[in-house]
Amino acid sequence: MLPSCRESIKTAVLLVPKFARFDRCVHTVRLKPNYTSVNYNVSRGGFAHLQKQHLYFFRDLLGEHRMISDTIELEKYNVDWFNNLRGCSSLVLKPKTTQEVSQILSFCNQENLAVSPQAGNTSVVGGSVPVFDEIILSTELMNKIISIDDTSGVVVCQAGCVLENLDTAVAEKGLMVPLDLGAKGSCQIGGNVSTNAGGLRLFRYGNMHGNVLGLEAVTADGNIIECLGTLKKDNTGYHLKHLFIGSEGTLGIITKVAIQCTTRPTCQNVAFLGAQNFRKVLKTFKLAKQDLGEILSAIEVMDSATMEFIGEKLNINSPIGDYPFYLLLETSGSNTNHDSEKIFKFLEIALNSHFILNGTVAVEHAKINALWSVRERIPEGFNLCGHLFCYDVSLPVENYFILVDEMKIHMGSLADRVFGFGHLGDGNLHLQIETKEFSQQIKDHLEPYIFKRTAQFGGSISAEHGMGFLKAKYLNLARPPSTVNFMKDIKQMFDPKGILNPYKVFP
Amino acid sequence: MARVLVGVKRVIDYAVKIRVKPDKTGVLTDGVKHSMNPFDEIAVEEAVRMKEKKVASEIIAVSCGPPQAQEVLRTALAMGVDKGIHVEVAGPEYETLQPIHISKILAKIVQNEKVDLVILGKQAIDDDCNQTAQMTAAVLDWPQATYASKIEYGSKEITVVREVDGGLETIKCKLPAVVSADLRLNEPRYATLPNIMKAKKKPIQKLTPKDLGVDTSPRVQIVSVEDPPKREAGVILPDVDSLVGKLKEGGHI
Ligand SMILES: Cc1cc2nc3c(=O)[nH]c(=O)nc-3n(C[C@H](O)[C@H](O)[C@H](O)COP(=O)(O)OP(=O)(O)OC[C@H]3O[C@@H](n4cnc5c(N)ncnc54)[C@H](O)[C@@H]3O)c2cc1C
Ligand SMILES: Cc1cc2nc3c(=O)[nH]c(=O)nc-3n(C[C@H](O)[C@H](O)[C@H](O)COP(=O)(O)OP(=O)(O)OC[C@H]3O[C@@H](n4cnc5c(N)ncnc54)[C@H](O)[C@@H]3O)c2cc1C
Repeated sequence: MLPSCRESIKTAVLLVPKFARFDRCVHTVRLKPNYTSVNYNVSRGGFAHLQKQHLYFFRDLLGEHRMISDTIELEKYNVDWFNNLRGCSSLVLKPKTTQEVSQILSFCNQENLAVSPQAGNTSVVGGSVPVFDEIILSTELMNKIISIDDTSGVVVCQAGCVLENLDTAVAEKGLMVPLDLGAKGSCQIGGNVSTNAGGLRLFRYGNMHGNVLGLEAVTADGNIIECLGTLKKDNTGYHLKHLFIGSEGTLGIITKVAIQCTTRPTCQNVAFLGAQNFRKVLKTFKLAKQDLGEILSAIEVMDSATMEFIGEKLNINSPIGDYPFYLLLETSGSNTNHDSEKIFKFLEIALNSHFILNGTVAVEHAKINALWSVRERIPEGFNLCGHLFCYDVSLPVENYFILVDEMKIHMGSLADRVFGFGHLGDGNLHLQIETKEFSQQIKDHLEPYIFKRTAQFGGSISAEHGMGFLKAKYLNLARPPSTVNFMKDIKQMFDPKGILNPYKVFP
Repeated sequence: MARVLVGVKRVIDYAVKIRVKPDKTGVLTDGVKHSMNPFDEIAVEEAVRMKEKKVASEIIAVSCGPPQAQEVLRTALAMGVDKGIHVEVAGPEYETLQPIHISKILAKIVQNEKVDLVILGKQAIDDDCNQTAQMTAAVLDWPQATYASKIEYGSKEITVVREVDGGLETIKCKLPAVVSADLRLNEPRYATLPNIMKAKKKPIQKLTPKDLGVDTSPRVQIVSVEDPPKREAGVILPDVDSLVGKLKEGGHI
């Protein structure tokens, strides 16, 4: 008998590039990186070393199955997603409840043991892996969805829910998590909140500060801070939740969150467009905001060097032929006819005004996914480079691409490739410099330049990825001393011994 | 140069989760995203490439179905088809429309339009019938080449590579002929904006089965449509020892 065709077409998704989509971060087999502490010349803080009696305590608390101390199994938790950083932790703990997290932290605090909180380990700045032998506290078993209210649209869940699973669960009730990013199959909502992740739909739905209604967190001494409200309005006292959002595991461990979901759109369109130069990209952007208005849900840009990059590394080709710039534009709404009328009118004007040279539009799920995958799969190529210097900057949109052009000149033959792509709608550029191998000399040549120019343009040196380990030393460049000192005071109050995610965020 | 006819069926998009109607007479289609049957898209792509290679002179796409079937015809026109024919069949009549009816409709159009080559998808992903190409060849009394994964065009014949169990079979087939397209025949293109705009101005002719003298009275009756059995949830075991334990428990080792 023939297999069901619907099934075989689904299988074909894996075979045929047109239907290709990105489900999970792909790890390639590569040599292990050197230890971070060696590569980056860091010295260990004055924390205690793990002893037998510590292990007995954790075993009594969690049982053997929720601890990992096997060297091979530990690698997955010690090495970052980019395979650039490597810690040497000898213990992973996997609590399931807030109480367990509290007991672990209270014990670690008392024993002066450092802790590295880890969710999906997709951090791009080395925030989620230990630098030395910090105990890794993994939230991967804290994956319960506590409630979904389909009237208010509020979902309450544990921090370890994988973003994609959470989104699938709320979809059953006609809702959508207002956050979407390429790492959705691996990253966890707690990790997203801890990094104030931006992603592909921030343009429409705003960031985590707006969408997190409440959360529960445990501070370094094991104290449980309960601000898990599900109310849209709640002005009783200080809004402590905002301190934990984006604090990258340095102030406490987030154990539960309440997220305001949006109504899941019932119709979507994705247009993939080609433009002659960045000036035309901006004209298209402006026209899209004006003509698509409330249905515009994402607007992404990439340059031809990025397309060459994914062509070479991943064999992904432009669906519309070669152009200097590509725009991906998504609309989400509730009425197919209304939305397609709008988008086709917009496209006709954009084409007739020569803002865009060519393009294609997808209205079906499979093709929408295929077009999105061109953009979403870019990071898969990062692991296939000799070395890639990655910068995540915010820039006023009119100066968005100048930095990439300047960088090409500045790097000259030092770089194999300089390319830029990102969330145009949010003024967030991902600037990438590909070289044969890591070199301190190249780094010293490019970083001061990028940071100086970003500052001159009035931009930010970390738009959505946070400071983690890799960008921590630049905090002083980004904020005035009095502000940094005030941050340190807050850190001191939440975590006096500094056991939570040491070597991160602060220089 | 050949005149080519392609069939394009509107089906529930393959990415949509199918829900069976509570009364088990069929599946829910209202408000569900539909798109062109993926194998038909491959057929359209093949025809458009033939035209680009100047082995085809004109491409006609046919879709039988409710008014919304015109959407997939527009998609085909945007991909490079010259003309669309919509054979309108709606409501209960459409629910019992079978490959036997479609093949008669197609055969009639083939004769009216003086078509030399028919390319159809090997099967539709909704009813999985895998009959239309074969029946159309039978009605026309033409040779057929099913499951094509490669086609070479001669002036009087085509050479078709077919994917068969365990290998490839190459056959020659005299024109006129009916071909059914398999997954690896080609990779369909994206319709570009200028072509999408142009497609809006291309003609779509409307017909009914009656116009073509085809009787669409049902030949089969749908007794019941059911969900496939639910897969039992898997369990995650912490280590090899407990796996071995479980397997022993289940009597598997
Ligand atoms: C007719 C009417 C309608 C209203 N409708 C609403 C409504 O729909 N929604 C709503 O939320 N509220 C409403 N309010 C109350 C609302 O809080 C205030 O109207 C408004 O937000 C306060 O602004 P204000 O400039 O008058 O501040 P004030 O009343 O002067 O001050 C409010 C508080 O902020 C402090 N404060 C003021 N300025 C500063 C500053 N620069 N730095 C630090 N602290 C400062 C003050 O010490 C005080 O505690 C309404 C009030 C009125 C009279
Ligand atoms: C392919 C890919 C695409 C990406 N796209 C985007 C994008 O579009 N936008 C964007 O903003 N980012 C993006 N990122 C980076 C992004 O920050 C992470 O993917 C995600 O937000 C981190 O979630 P995670 O669960 O992997 O957290 P991890 O990487 O495990 O942790 C991130 C940080 O949060 C801390 N942390 C984790 N869980 C907790 C907790 N429960 N309590 C306290 N601290 C905690 C960790 O210590 C670490 O400092 C991308 C990454 C990849 C690999």
